[in-house]
Amino acid sequence: MSDKLRLRFSKTGRAVYISHLDLMQTMQRAFSRAGCALKYSEGFNPHPLISIALPLSVGAASLCELMDFRLREEAELSELPARLTAALPEGVEVLEAYEAERKCAEIKWLEIEGRFEYDNCDPAAMAEKLREFFAQDSIVITKKTKRGMGESDIRPAIRSIGFEPTADAVSLKALISAQEPTLNPELLAESLRQLRPELAPDFAKFIRVETFDKDMNLFR
Amino acid sequence: MDKRLERILPRVQKPARYTGGEYNQIIKDKSKVELRVAFCFPDTYEIGMSNLGMSILYHTMNSLDYVWCERVFAPWGDMYEEMKKAGIPLYALESGDSTAEFDALAFSIGYEMAYTTVLDMLDMSGLPLRTADRPSLLPIVMAGGTAAVNAEPMAPFIDLFLVGEGEELDNEVLALLRIAKREGWTKHEFLTRAAQIGGVYVPSLYDIAYHEDGTVASITPKDGAPARVTKRIVEDLDASPFPTKPIVPSTEVVHDRVSLELFRGCVRGCRFCQAGYVYRPIRAKKPETLVRQGIETLKNTGYQDVTLLSLSTSDYRPLPALCDGLLEYCEPRSIGLSLPSLRADNFSMEIMEKLQKVRKSGLTFAVEGGSQRLRDAINKNVTEEDLLNTCRIAFEGGWNSVKLYYMLGLPTETDDDVRGIAEMANQVLHCWRMYAKNKNRGVKITISTSCFIPKPHSPFQWEAQVSVEEYLRRVNLLRSSITAKNVTYNWHDAETSLIEAVLSRGDRRVADAIELVWRRGGRLDAWSDYFSVERWMQAFADTGVDPNFYALRERPVDEVLPWDMIDVGVRKAHLVKEREKCYSSELSPDCRHQCAACGAARLLKEIRCDE
Repeated sequence: MSDKLRLRFSKTGRAVYISHLDLMQTMQRAFSRAGCALKYSEGFNPHPLISIALPLSVGAASLCELMDFRLREEAELSELPARLTAALPEGVEVLEAYEAERKCAEIKWLEIEGRFEYDNCDPAAMAEKLREFFAQDSIVITKKTKRGMGESDIRPAIRSIGFEPTADAVSLKALISAQEPTLNPELLAESLRQLRPELAPDFAKFIRVETFDKDMNLFR
Repeated sequence: MDKRLERILPRVQKPARYTGGEYNQIIKDKSKVELRVAFCFPDTYEIGMSNLGMSILYHTMNSLDYVWCERVFAPWGDMYEEMKKAGIPLYALESGDSTAEFDALAFSIGYEMAYTTVLDMLDMSGLPLRTADRPSLLPIVMAGGTAAVNAEPMAPFIDLFLVGEGEELDNEVLALLRIAKREGWTKHEFLTRAAQIGGVYVPSLYDIAYHEDGTVASITPKDGAPARVTKRIVEDLDASPFPTKPIVPSTEVVHDRVSLELFRGCVRGCRFCQAGYVYRPIRAKKPETLVRQGIETLKNTGYQDVTLLSLSTSDYRPLPALCDGLLEYCEPRSIGLSLPSLRADNFSMEIMEKLQKVRKSGLTFAVEGGSQRLRDAINKNVTEEDLLNTCRIAFEGGWNSVKLYYMLGLPTETDDDVRGIAEMANQVLHCWRMYAKNKNRGVKITISTSCFIPKPHSPFQWEAQVSVEEYLRRVNLLRSSITAKNVTYNWHDAETSLIEAVLSRGDRRVADAIELVWRRGGRLDAWSDYFSVERWMQAFADTGVDPNFYALRERPVDEVLPWDMIDVGVRKAHLVKEREKCYSSELSPDCRHQCAACGAARLLKEIRCDE
């Protein structure tokens, strides 16, 4: 058995406010509570060998988080999800544990869903306007980069995007670039705030649904 | 989750502290409990979740099946603003329900600077601040914690205070509240009945009369309330409930580790130390209990660190056995063990050396006074020789930074004592030059001073605090006496200490000033981000509260003190005797060498003090 293992887990409900760094700490403690000792790095300041792919923004939910880890001793992988879930805070649920075959660097596309809330408008009319806006060939916004503020076209990072009205909001489904470049879904709402403020939602929230590679095969 | 909350949370710093949902939180079916208790900590989540007392009482209250006790903390400024804007009232973390719907708000008040936050949390719950303006039984507002040893400044706001340790007391009060709720008692009926429970202080059942000069003339209980309320304690700590499944925060808090309490009380009797008197008598846990509870808690939390709590860790007799027991479990699992509150003696250093995982960065000593004469006067039994011996071992062992803590303004302090602080720092520096193994890394000696606050129920309770000007004069004297480059000097500002002195030594009339500070925006006053001296001084002026009357005035020993209705066990005669010994620089032996019959032992029925 390879010692490179991977967890797939969801982060929903109250747990969406746990930051990436705090989640690493929480995971580490959960392994310990579940009685599975994580393997530590060697050296002066040993730390557990865990890494969570594609850090999730605070407030965003996910059904497809991936975490790589190594164990000090072999464990029955099929039992791990139940054991870990029981040791995790409300809202974090381990779905699967398996040997990692591919590198997380191969993740290219993320399927996301979102909800744009408007306090005063007709969802159907708004959905139509949103479709038009995102149908443009380029959507250039100003955003913070490593070298201060810079211009960036987010359109190439959106493979597909669709909007549907619901009773009290507009729902969104999209495939966006997970890395190189990384598109923070929050920028979908931000682009409206910058370029078409009248279309900008009063509140937006997102959930990651699935991970894909560059050929749109499911990534595990 | 509340839709309004969902919109706010992404905008505030560290939103995880406002959501609940942590591992080991206690969720009950609210339709199946009879009492809902909002356990309010008047400070931030990070501070409150680090508080062992809060963790213990959360679990003891929840051990009653008819009670659901939930946690409530004060939101930081950004969240506070957002909640106000969105019209969201204060809510409990477990259920998200507004605290106004609860049957009881129970505050844990550990320090005076939290008073304005208590008022703020009442207001955020939609409740009137004053007990007189809350005529109905529910929600009842109670408070406990160290601040309850002088509850007077908060007396108009709190329905009942629970004095002393809450493990048994809290549940007795809740049992009575359950009956009161079932039978539809009036608030007055409940409070007069509650006042019969040992340890319960109901301020509205005491009339306070004042002399013309502003001092208290008399304290008169009514409706059968006891003349003196005796603090409650737990006798057998081994049998007392200890939460081995504490809540594990999902975000970083101040003390993010397993805390084990070795013993309560202190054998030392330092005359300035309130804690050393109000937590007596001495009751220790067995090392077997601590090892078992420590291991259980580690397993249930996944924490990587354990810390041992007490007022003076080196005075725990079975400390070596306890360390061995814990290390046997901790070492192979890379779990760290830390021991704060060690004394500057050789025994402590031996223990430190045993702990492989202790980082050799800094040592901290609370020296308190700058000369042997002054240390004898305050009964701080640390000699210069002890300190230098310990430093020598530390420097030889590779430590290279020492922090020395002092108080300025202690009774009998002279300018020579102040200069003595700088002299001692020089001695420590000399010691490093003589004994440090590796001098290339240099040495850092830090002196910190704070302004002494004479606290209720300590032998110095009658003493005057030095004025802000006098404190600063002594600070400057010390500054000019420090010549060595490797010695850094930090001093706490004196104004905070003055206000703390007024709040800790005040009577009921101080309440008006506290309320006015809150009305003018004061909350989270323990944080320099929010604290404003000017706001406090202005509120004192506007409410006719003279801070000097409370803080700077030496009180005659026969004056009625505002907190005289509270009995913490130690007799006043003992405090008087200790104070007299201060003036003759006479040491008192620690409790183990000779019991001074301070009076605290009379609180014990089943065991003897320090057995």
